[in-house]
Amino acid sequence: MSLTTLLTPTLSMDTALHLAGLAVVLALLSAVVSLAAGRARWVLRRVATPLLGCVGLAALAAGVMALLVGEVVSVTLPLGLPWLPWHIRLDALSAFFLAVIGVVTCAVGLYGPSYVRGFEYGKDSLTALGGFSGLFLTGMLLVVLADDAFLFMVAWELMSLSSYFLVAFHHEHAENRRAAFLYLLMAHVGGLMILLAYGVLAAFGDSFAFVDLRAAPVPAVWAGVAFALAFVGFGMKAGLVPLHAWLPEAHPVAPSHISALMSGVMLKVAVYGFIRVCFDLIGQIQWQWGVVVLAIGCLSALFGVLAALMQTDLKRLLAYSSVENLGIIFIALGLSLVFLSADFTELGALAFVAALYHCLNHALFKGLLFLGAGTILHSTHERDLDQMGGLLRRMPWTGLFFLVGVLSISALPPFNGFVSEWLTFQAALQAWQLDSGVLRSLIPIASAVLALTGALVAVTFVKVYGIAFLGQARSRHVRRAHRAPWGMLAGQGLLAVLCLALGVLPTWIIGLIDAVPRQVLGDGLPHAGASGWLWLTPVSPQTASYSGPLVVLMLAGIGLTAFWGLNHLWAKGAAVRWVRRGDAWDCGFAPPSSRMQYTATAFAQPIRRVFGMVFHIEESVTTQEDGSTRHRLRISDRFWGVLYLPIARAVESSARRVVRLQSGNVRVYLGWTLATLVGLLWIIT
Amino acid sequence: MNLTLLPLLQQLLLVLAAIVLFLSFVLLAQVRLISAIHAFAWQGALVAAVTAVVAATGQVHHLYFSAALTLALKALLIPWMLHRLIRQLELERHTESLQSPALVTMGAVALVIFSYWLVLPMIHAEMTFTRNIIAISLSVVLIGLLMMVFRTQAVAQVLGFMSMENGLFLAAVSATDGMPLVVELGVAFDVLVAMVLFGVFFLQLRDSIDSLDVDRLNRLRETGGDSQ
Amino acid sequence: MGDLLTAPGWGIAVFQSLLYVALAPLLVGWLRKVKARLQNRRGPSLLQPYRDLYKLLAKEARVAHTASPLFRAAPYIVFTATWMAAATVPLLVVDLPTAAIADIIVLVGLLALARVFLALAGMDVGTAFGGMGASREMLIGALAEPAMLMAVFTLAMTAHSTNLSSVIDHHLSDGFVLRPSYLFALGGLVLVAIAETGRIPVDNPTTHLELTMVHEAMLLEYSGRHLALMEWAAQVKLLLYGTLIVNVFFPWGIGQGWSPAALGLGLAAVVGKLAVLAAALAVGETVLAKMRLFRAPAFLNLALLLSLLGLLSHVILEVGA
Repeated sequence: MSLTTLLTPTLSMDTALHLAGLAVVLALLSAVVSLAAGRARWVLRRVATPLLGCVGLAALAAGVMALLVGEVVSVTLPLGLPWLPWHIRLDALSAFFLAVIGVVTCAVGLYGPSYVRGFEYGKDSLTALGGFSGLFLTGMLLVVLADDAFLFMVAWELMSLSSYFLVAFHHEHAENRRAAFLYLLMAHVGGLMILLAYGVLAAFGDSFAFVDLRAAPVPAVWAGVAFALAFVGFGMKAGLVPLHAWLPEAHPVAPSHISALMSGVMLKVAVYGFIRVCFDLIGQIQWQWGVVVLAIGCLSALFGVLAALMQTDLKRLLAYSSVENLGIIFIALGLSLVFLSADFTELGALAFVAALYHCLNHALFKGLLFLGAGTILHSTHERDLDQMGGLLRRMPWTGLFFLVGVLSISALPPFNGFVSEWLTFQAALQAWQLDSGVLRSLIPIASAVLALTGALVAVTFVKVYGIAFLGQARSRHVRRAHRAPWGMLAGQGLLAVLCLALGVLPTWIIGLIDAVPRQVLGDGLPHAGASGWLWLTPVSPQTASYSGPLVVLMLAGIGLTAFWGLNHLWAKGAAVRWVRRGDAWDCGFAPPSSRMQYTATAFAQPIRRVFGMVFHIEESVTTQEDGSTRHRLRISDRFWGVLYLPIARAVESSARRVVRLQSGNVRVYLGWTLATLVGLLWIIT
Repeated sequence: MNLTLLPLLQQLLLVLAAIVLFLSFVLLAQVRLISAIHAFAWQGALVAAVTAVVAATGQVHHLYFSAALTLALKALLIPWMLHRLIRQLELERHTESLQSPALVTMGAVALVIFSYWLVLPMIHAEMTFTRNIIAISLSVVLIGLLMMVFRTQAVAQVLGFMSMENGLFLAAVSATDGMPLVVELGVAFDVLVAMVLFGVFFLQLRDSIDSLDVDRLNRLRETGGDSQ
Repeated sequence: MGDLLTAPGWGIAVFQSLLYVALAPLLVGWLRKVKARLQNRRGPSLLQPYRDLYKLLAKEARVAHTASPLFRAAPYIVFTATWMAAATVPLLVVDLPTAAIADIIVLVGLLALARVFLALAGMDVGTAFGGMGASREMLIGALAEPAMLMAVFTLAMTAHSTNLSSVIDHHLSDGFVLRPSYLFALGGLVLVAIAETGRIPVDNPTTHLELTMVHEAMLLEYSGRHLALMEWAAQVKLLLYGTLIVNVFFPWGIGQGWSPAALGLGLAAVVGKLAVLAAALAVGETVLAKMRLFRAPAFLNLALLLSLLGLLSHVILEVGA
């Protein structure tokens, strides 16, 4: 870390904290400017959205600086309740998530101005869009910085509520309103759970400040209760199966740059909350927690990717894929819990770092893919994959960046998704050190699920890329697609470059992240970069090593040599130089038209047949009167019928019972009030 | 326990036991009845081989006899009888697929881990070798039962029953160097008689309900007062 | 790390990876020869695959009007990724720098990279067959990849390392040990190899019936040097899987030093082992018929089950405590 020594004079935790404060102030400013703009519709594009970029930059700088210094700084603000001022704390964990928020927000700041230009001529309320975007960011930043349960919950609700308005942005469609309502409902149930978890801890810590909660002597049973509440609450926000139902409804309907923020960043804030409460505040980890988290993570990963594979709506597909990625993150967190409960702190740190790395990666590539989907939507007004095709030739840069996103999310070397998956596998492969035979046999099965998930992700995204960007255009809009404005390209380009950089130089990034497990768990990964920056050796050089730079170097070297050799040396000698263009061969059948191509539905058909039992599938082929046939396919989520509808029905029937109280007579109401008052007074005394 | 320190015969024993377990999975998921019978025959042959190996390692001579008995009975006679039965019932090309094979297989894997978990605290850590084989035998028994739960075809159910017996025998041989010869003979005779009875039962079943699908037997339950 | 990155180490690594490219067509030639003999034909010469490649390389490449730049880049990427994956598998000697750069998981990842680009190239021109081939290839790949990872995890958990050189070293130092887990992993890996290299009964490399093709359907639009690279990559992949199987499960004979004698012995040993393996594959292909596509998942589920049982039997039977 020669970089650190060089910059140490200018680096300090105080500067970092000031930068973080600046980010919060800028985010609020962006909200205020939008709200004050009134009819000046250009304000959103010229001022408010670029301000978001500045927020991102400040947050990123604050996060990276705090990680480089690796210390803790906290202040108490004279805000909030009289006896409960707001505590702010910037430690490595907050700093890491601050950086995650910052980097995606930066890209959104670059991308946003061109994207919102499209709304300027519409009827949508830009005031609401700008204002709530700013508040949304403020909320996320404050959640990460909060050092007491009170400020945490205020910020959490600010984040949830403002994102509700962003989901409901296109509220003219009934299904969007329904999605937004479902989101609001589940966000609040989740918020309640989190509040209860804090309540349990605070009962033993006698205060809501995290310092006291951390030191609270919680009995094991209550620690388990707090863990369960926190897991359900944060898991609901993170979209873990079976509490995921709101996510694929809510994320796609927001404007695309907001979708990128929601999927890329807000889900990470939920992960942050889970880590803060379970790893940091509760502290006394039991192995059963790890197994539960591992199992739910596996379920989410597998279900998420299968559901994504079935989708034809691009943004919905990306939302389901977020469920899958959060599943992977929780698999790694579960592994970490298992190792920590058995006192293998270093292995716990390995799995923990894998989870954090995947958080960062998912933020980058999911942000990139949502921005790409937004670009397609902007240029073709199309979200349905079965209408797309051939976009690579019409939007070459977007196509290239999207390809990087596809390769990263499919966990292919040398991109970043591969590194975090590799680390997770390495952690799982250390299961032989555990004493418990059952855990030793369960963890390999979890890694089998992870492997299957990774392979299915590749299928999903080959489908997306092959159908949307390759082949021929399937509809008129798509044939007229135009290049994206440079601002949008810059936002995607930034994320694409980072995806590659994080895949090639993992040792540097892990060197940065290492401060987090050192502070939270008490041990880092001393061996990860011990053999120099070229080599990633998480456990020891004998156990496993990966060299991203050398892999890239060799891939590029061999590839370019082959290209140059064949196209210049060899072809010159053999007197064939260029390629000749002609019609597609296609086994000599009629020249292929765009309707003869495989569609997204057709591409997924084999997998649908193999994994059909996971879904509720209605498929029928009917013959029309004119002799043409029509294929109908409806795939629905089994969890709706099994889990959600019974709960909805139960709520409805109990509401019907409660409704009897509503007699319409004022005196009866007053009577209830009196009874409640008396009852409460009785309880208090 | 370190595998590399074990004598070669004991390593062979582990390999054979593992293959017995694998054949249980094959039996569970095998679609074609004929192939399932073959898998069962192989399982019997492997159990016989395990017995022979135990006899060789422990110098227990009466186990050679029970190995030969097992081979004759489980690997040859009973499969042959089942074959003949299937020919009589004209089921040679019969296939039967499970409702969701992946889930049932996952269930079987879960049973393997469960039996390992069950056996872990039961036996002293010094006897890891025996304990591990007992875990395998127990899972063979449980998978046999699982097969009887999920297969609807009567012949397949008999296969499940017989493979349970294989698992028990494996446990007996590997844990206690075999039962006394008299008991073993008795058990073998019982299995044989059971097989004959099953054969008669199948023919009767087919004659009376024209199918070997045991789900058809649901009709036999007591339906309260509204029956004729 | 430093002791691996010496000039002779790199030299031998480069030599070995060149050997992969050079020997790959020979393995295919031998396979075809044995198959022809089994079918009472004389069969083409052992060197025929080289002649085919030469012929393709010398021909002009035709590209469809509707193809994007990805179509022309894909052959190079597929070839490079496959070759790079092959370079990490010890062929003649162990302890090479390439095995440290990329372990088994990276090997699987590189093969997945090649497969993704192959499938994308198949979908690029926008023909019906290309999409069909890509869809099927991705199905087979999706089911084969976890089975392969599980199989190699069994090895990695035994050797406590994901580095292929260490795995082989560990196996050699233990001497001859009967491991149930290795048996299952071998079974799983063989099934995966058959599926991944497109051999009977999953795919037929010589088919010309459009509706049954998987691998060939994706290559339909390729010609000239592009086709040559794709075919060559497929041959390297076959050699890679073959070497992986023979050198990991039967490592005896592989060189443990960098002396010429060790190299020569390693070469002789690996050629002999591969010849036997290819002959066994040829026999298998002669007696088996190709399955319907939807039987392939059952085939690969068997592979996954074998690999999983390998892991479980490692945990239950071989570790104890």
